[in-house]
Amino acid sequence: MLSSMPDAGGHFGPYGGRYVPEVLMAPLDELEQAYRKVQADPDFQAELAGLLKNYAGRPTPLYYAKRLSEKLGGAKIYFKREDLLHTGAHKINNALGQALLARNMGKRRIIAETGAGQHGVATATACALLGLGCRVYMGEEDMRRQRLNVFRMRLLGAEVFGVTNGSRTLKDAISEAMRDWVTNVDNTYYLLGSALGAHPYPMMVRDFHRCIGDEAREQILLAEGRLPDAAIACVGGGSNAIGLFQAFIGDPGVHLIGVEAGGKGKATGEHAARFSGGAPGVLHGAYSYLLQDNDGQVALTHSVSAGLDYALIGPQHAYLHDQGRAEYVDCDDATALAAAVELSRVEGLIPALESAHAVAEAIARAPRLPGHVLLVNLSGRGDKDIDIYRENLKELDADSHSPMF
Amino acid sequence: MPTRIAPCFDSLRANNEPALIAYVTAGDPDPETTVEIVAALERGGADLIELGVPFSDPIADGPVIMRASERALAAGTTVEKVLDIAAQIRQRSQIPLVLFTYLNPVMRYGFDRLAARAKQVGIDGFLLTDLSVEEAGSFVDAVKSAGLDTVFLVAPTSTDHRLQLVAKYCSGFVYVVSRTGVTGEQSQVSASVAPLVERLRGFTDLPLGVGFGISTAAQAAQVGAVADGVVVGSSFVRAIESTPPADLFDTIERMARDLKRGAKAGRS
Repeated sequence: MLSSMPDAGGHFGPYGGRYVPEVLMAPLDELEQAYRKVQADPDFQAELAGLLKNYAGRPTPLYYAKRLSEKLGGAKIYFKREDLLHTGAHKINNALGQALLARNMGKRRIIAETGAGQHGVATATACALLGLGCRVYMGEEDMRRQRLNVFRMRLLGAEVFGVTNGSRTLKDAISEAMRDWVTNVDNTYYLLGSALGAHPYPMMVRDFHRCIGDEAREQILLAEGRLPDAAIACVGGGSNAIGLFQAFIGDPGVHLIGVEAGGKGKATGEHAARFSGGAPGVLHGAYSYLLQDNDGQVALTHSVSAGLDYALIGPQHAYLHDQGRAEYVDCDDATALAAAVELSRVEGLIPALESAHAVAEAIARAPRLPGHVLLVNLSGRGDKDIDIYRENLKELDADSHSPMF
Repeated sequence: MPTRIAPCFDSLRANNEPALIAYVTAGDPDPETTVEIVAALERGGADLIELGVPFSDPIADGPVIMRASERALAAGTTVEKVLDIAAQIRQRSQIPLVLFTYLNPVMRYGFDRLAARAKQVGIDGFLLTDLSVEEAGSFVDAVKSAGLDTVFLVAPTSTDHRLQLVAKYCSGFVYVVSRTGVTGEQSQVSASVAPLVERLRGFTDLPLGVGFGISTAAQAAQVGAVADGVVVGSSFVRAIESTPPADLFDTIERMARDLKRGAKAGRS
């Protein structure tokens, strides 16, 4: 059954698993047992549900984008409004869940990695809320690109630890967080931010985000009296996408579409489109599609969106891809930026750059699909990206009177 | 037919002598120099060589070996070039050679193809730091069919159940990680070593090599007193990084001699 994955070893078909140094094997067993215990613990579930509702702002609305849909003249587009959550993106669902789990396990020191800073901010927030110590690893290149989020984390009491190795981006931040965890595994909880890494992380992160799809399924049934024709989400590691997809995996009529970062274009080699440019391999504990060279060295990736800028896709996505259950496409930087401008001007919604990739795919498909219903996960808002939008939309910044597109 | 590893430990055991196992990153600073460094290590008394294949994302390594991996990759070191280095070493020496790396470069090359090539050039075994025994089935099959050894690691966090499982998949020797953490020198040998070695002896008769954080003769003596082999990596790699080329081979030889003397002193 596609929806009952993974198997006991954390495999989605051949993908996933547990590829880590021996030091971490017993601690991962311990984590898995603790997670299974809280899954069945009504007190834990009630506490998490309470925080998601009263602190984070769940359930998030499902919004029918009437003006955008009518302008495109085809499908009806609905947005799942994860951008309205506290801290500005879906990441808080998982951060709260894992931080509560860490507290239950008696771990008082939390470490996390972050790319764009959204997971770092969500983790720093959850740690402040629960009184836990927090260190966030972040590549120095990403710290430069996302200065605002660096300060937000510091304001929340977290220590932001700049990573100077390798490409100084998300991949290197994860490596450094894993080195910390290997060293301090006795007292430290590694709060991983995407559906990546060794088992049980891909399963656990998915489960903490499956509220996205579960809510959206009920909401669309209420609004339309039927399921959507397609569910669309951007995919870096793939946490918001798998959180949306999970509720629909058993509905063959719902087309699942993941949008990867096409960066500067696949021909340039500067992208993060794992399915068209990668091959199965192992990075950071999981076996999945990986951008790598012929010698098995991990390739450098590029995306205007730091949250999609990663060489490996979450293992469940690899399996859904191979089974033909989900389709994966990519969207380049320029198209994502144009979609962000369009959504801002037609609906008054400034999306996160990551989410703009999913919006672009919906905009491209909608005109050809009259009578269809498209469900798009608006996984985050664009506040964190204002500097990048300004950098990339210079004409708009310079002259407020001329239309951009 | 055994590889060169078991006979090496057998003859050392007959002399009541612990092995000095030396790690170097192949291709750091360049392939030709690696061949000469290994010769210097052997002259100094190293008994077994772990030849590191550089990987772009070495999560189990501290800064010293991380930098070595970057230098080796920048110098164009590929799996194929490491095989060439091994072949050149083998032309001059019968010292046991273990390829030490991460899974992805090995997987990309292909398990069967790499095992066959490794056998051909005179490599004796493999150690992949991020390959858990749970995921190792097809790798172990490929390496064993080529007649080579598979070395796995145990750590202070390993439960008895895991020690038993890991020992079952090991051949040649078992690599005992002295402490939780990444590779790199430490001021003291971890207190975890002796109890871990003792626990592991209950599950295997294979030789036990202890590594991570060992850099001085005194530390080698402490480890040599309880284990069959002492692994030293980062301090050799640091010397390769910081020693002027004219002094490099003498320095490496002298370091190996001191460490070997230290390891032996642990038995007297």
